[in-house]
Amino acid sequence: MKQLVLQLTGEGGALAGVPYHLVAALAMLVFGAIVVFVFVLPVAGVTSWLERRVWARIQSRVGPNRVGPQGFLQWLADGIKNMLKEDIIPTAADRVLFSIAPYLVVIGFVATFAVIPFSSTLVIADLNIGVLYITAVTGLVVVGVLMAGWASNNKWSLLGGIRSAAQIVSYEIPAGLSIFPIVLLTGTLSMQGIIQAQGWAPWHWFLFHSPFTFAAFFIFFVAALAEGNRTPFDLPEAESELVAGFCTEYSGMRYLLFFLAEWGNLYVIGAVVTTLFLGGWQIPHVTDNPVLLAVLQFGVFFLKSYFWVFIAMWVRATLPRVRVDQLMSLCWKYMVPIALVNLVGTAIWMTVVPARVDRLVQIAMTLAGVAVLVRFFLRVRFQLRRAKLRAVDYYYSPII
Amino acid sequence: MYFDFANVLVFLLLGLGLSGMMLGLGRLLRPSNPLAPKLDTYECGEPPTGSAWINFNIRFYLVALIFVIFDVEIAFMYPVVAVFRDWLLSGRGLYALAELLLFIGVLAIGLVYVWVKRDLEWVKQLPAEQPTDLSRAA
Repeated sequence: MKQLVLQLTGEGGALAGVPYHLVAALAMLVFGAIVVFVFVLPVAGVTSWLERRVWARIQSRVGPNRVGPQGFLQWLADGIKNMLKEDIIPTAADRVLFSIAPYLVVIGFVATFAVIPFSSTLVIADLNIGVLYITAVTGLVVVGVLMAGWASNNKWSLLGGIRSAAQIVSYEIPAGLSIFPIVLLTGTLSMQGIIQAQGWAPWHWFLFHSPFTFAAFFIFFVAALAEGNRTPFDLPEAESELVAGFCTEYSGMRYLLFFLAEWGNLYVIGAVVTTLFLGGWQIPHVTDNPVLLAVLQFGVFFLKSYFWVFIAMWVRATLPRVRVDQLMSLCWKYMVPIALVNLVGTAIWMTVVPARVDRLVQIAMTLAGVAVLVRFFLRVRFQLRRAKLRAVDYYYSPII
Repeated sequence: MYFDFANVLVFLLLGLGLSGMMLGLGRLLRPSNPLAPKLDTYECGEPPTGSAWINFNIRFYLVALIFVIFDVEIAFMYPVVAVFRDWLLSGRGLYALAELLLFIGVLAIGLVYVWVKRDLEWVKQLPAEQPTDLSRAA
């Protein structure tokens, strides 16, 4: 993008004579707005629709299917409806904090997209501290949630807000510690640098690099789910005990903004996981055409990261909610010690294990991963057979 | 590099602008009809009793304290893990490893201490108090 700006303002460029800083600022705004309105908002919206459809299928229901083909435009209808709803701020609430809390949550979510590398060229800002930046700005969400809970002056909101804060800050520790093995291996914090250190093939991914990175991946994903307040860790919004948690008093657009950030953050989780552990946009060498290459890389990156969004939906439809003491002991007694072991183990691994053994381990780990997947599908087939589905169940179309 | 950081700043502003735009547009469209019962605090339909700005469970402060310690640890370790590979390649790997182990060891002792003191339990069991013999004390 910097090259583009230099080209435009340089000798013979279309905007020669216009001050460089003005053009740069405008270009940033335009590109950023394109990313936000063409990618971020639709992805968050479509995720909300898809999640409801996926749960519905898992729970033998239909789900939203009226607005547009297969209910695809449900998210737009929800947005418009929420925009037309009255904005209620309780008289007992702290008006200022109550109003600005959704802003903080949305800023913490939108800002992460600045460093997500969609392809080798499609990245807004390839910061040399990219991973650190993501962990830092997602921290804004805690402040927003706590602010919403406190400012509502409602007991449900207060309990939801402080629970959420305790949960998010606790799970930030294992998530942060699980990034370190990758940073140790690459020696860089830049998102592009981490992807470039991997390859397109699964045995070049950091997921299968050593047993420690394999464990780090699972710890990171679970901790990220907990940070995103997703089931089985959705205690802050536990409907059965806290009404709606920290957003009990919110209505209309402000309420929607919290959920925009929650659904959008799912994609951010998938994107970060893909970047750190799953090779990001890496594809085999197929074309030299830069446009086609960017499209292919973007497609690979999007599919990989959206796969983890789907897994998160699946988990949410499957698992019951954990108790608050289980939540805390899972984090501090299991995930933090294992994450510390991963960190130390990776450091020792790098110092001790020679490159040739490293290679063998990568291939063995990949085979083990494939074996686990095969075992999983055999298990699913076994369960399907045992369920003795009738013919009508088999022919039940996935699309209604 | 400044170009990239300026870009990040633009994204923070876009986040602000996005929520501002959605709320501002809604302001033009939505009705505003405040009534006293509507603006009441929600407590399952009952009249709310007292304020919610109360003292809450001390456990949350303990979690926050433990978090601060470990988060500072993470902040300190970012530079170390980022240069570890360079040190390894330049043949100083064992020094770096020893330093890393020392630092994590000190923190691990802290974690063990908190664990042994049972501060990681959500419901902390205090030892049962011995009944004092009042006749002897007097």
